[in-house]
Amino acid sequence: MAASADLALTNGRARPAPSRDPAWLGRLAWLAVALVLLWPLAVATEFRPWALFDARSLHVSSQFLRSFWPPAHGPDFLLLVAHEAWRTVAIATAGLTLALLLAVPATLVSTHALSVSALSGRMARGPFWLRQAVRWGLIVLRSVPELVWALVFVRVVGLGPTAGVLAIALTYGGMLGKVYGEILESGDPHATETLLRNGSSRLQAFFFGLLPQNAAELTSYTVYRWECAIRSSVVLGFVGAGGLGQLLDGSMKMFSGGEVLTMLAVFVLLVALADRVSGGLRESLG
Amino acid sequence: MKQSISSRGFAVALLVLVVASFWTLDLQWAQFLSLDALRSMGRFAGEFFPPDSSPAFLARVALGTWETLAMSTLGTLLAAAAGMLLALPASRMFEGDAARLRLPTRWLLNVLRSVPELVWAALLIIAAGLGPFAGTLALAVHTAGVLGRLFAEAIENAPPGPGAALRAQGVGKTRVFLYATLPQVLPQLLSYTLYRWENNIRAAAVLGVVGAGGLGQLLAFHMGLFHMGKTASILGAMLLLVGAVDALSYGARRMLTR
Repeated sequence: MAASADLALTNGRARPAPSRDPAWLGRLAWLAVALVLLWPLAVATEFRPWALFDARSLHVSSQFLRSFWPPAHGPDFLLLVAHEAWRTVAIATAGLTLALLLAVPATLVSTHALSVSALSGRMARGPFWLRQAVRWGLIVLRSVPELVWALVFVRVVGLGPTAGVLAIALTYGGMLGKVYGEILESGDPHATETLLRNGSSRLQAFFFGLLPQNAAELTSYTVYRWECAIRSSVVLGFVGAGGLGQLLDGSMKMFSGGEVLTMLAVFVLLVALADRVSGGLRESLG
Repeated sequence: MKQSISSRGFAVALLVLVVASFWTLDLQWAQFLSLDALRSMGRFAGEFFPPDSSPAFLARVALGTWETLAMSTLGTLLAAAAGMLLALPASRMFEGDAARLRLPTRWLLNVLRSVPELVWAALLIIAAGLGPFAGTLALAVHTAGVLGRLFAEAIENAPPGPGAALRAQGVGKTRVFLYATLPQVLPQLLSYTLYRWENNIRAAAVLGVVGAGGLGQLLAFHMGLFHMGKTASILGAMLLLVGAVDALSYGARRMLTR
């Protein structure tokens, strides 16, 4: 590089910049390889964009789109939407509360930092396996998507918000338990260790050592998860777990675009509001 | 101002929210915790065993898994392309760039982003019909909103030096972007895209519940017909897929940060 620049200078004239991309051949080859690799994906997903534009499909979707305007705004309907929107928030809040009931004890049991036997070298075998078992339980809880939990619970308890609350409780319980554990173990263990060594109980060590140190981070993560839970509780409605999602699903099946548009708008506003509230709270926590 | 939110007021508001939530939801705990319900739940769980492991059915599950992976991959790629196209008008390229389209484009990205994949899928099924194509499009639309915003932030935060140098030489907008801005932000864009791909595999697994293809569609179908053995195998495949993705991303992240 430097040598050729010198050469160009000693020749007394600057070389003109190449008029086209010097690496075009390589780029083209990689593009071709990528397209070949994409082919099986397109086959597997039945990727046929032109299907969107054939006469029948175009007719159906244009009719549906045309029914979007005007958005439904009858007072009865708006009242119903407001009611269901509140239920969506309530499902998320109740689910998260139950998730906390699950996650907090699980965290207390599974945190390494609260192990007494680990103070002197290796953790004893019993507590070690107990901690591992709780961790695996949490992993299973959160690996099953909440929608699948909701499908299962709708079968057991019937349509309605109970299934949604339980689904959020289990999935988010697993998530919170795991992340709480990680937060508690990422901090400086010194204070907690000192408390434990001097004979305080594990709960005391938690309340006076671990918790004050990590309270802001724990709260901030919980608020963030509440925001996520609102989003999921809309989705859960699609399998019959109550709230805005269930209403939206019904309107879509009836092809009443005006109602769909109103509900989508309410949902976008709801998410934006939750985003604002949770952002503000997290900022004030620092 | 934010600091003035007193912690007592916060606690009271929180308590009111929680109590009101439980109060208004008419949850059927009695029905859920009664002996009868527990027995029916036990029966329900028992029906999962044994999972259907006939080779013919396992082949269908494998096909569903492949379809899920393909949906998430193609959806993410389409989203990266669309996100890139939308990120360009959504970012202020240099100091004093008028960027008139910046706000409207960001609004559009926000709307794409705040409607979940599943809702997009339910909407798109009307135009694209049942099947994985609708799911792929739904993933692409939602992820385009997410990636477009992340890409725009990355582009705006890129060090302005190289771009300014080229611009001072009279190089056009396109080439400034291609040869100064893009090379600087490309690693970040790639890592965002990979992260969303990971998310989308998980999302694609359940998208089919509304009829948009993949493992979810199999699951909803067999659960609807009370084929509990088959449902159990599909659930197992889902857990394996999600677990494998989690393990891979955890491993990759550890390798990269070491």
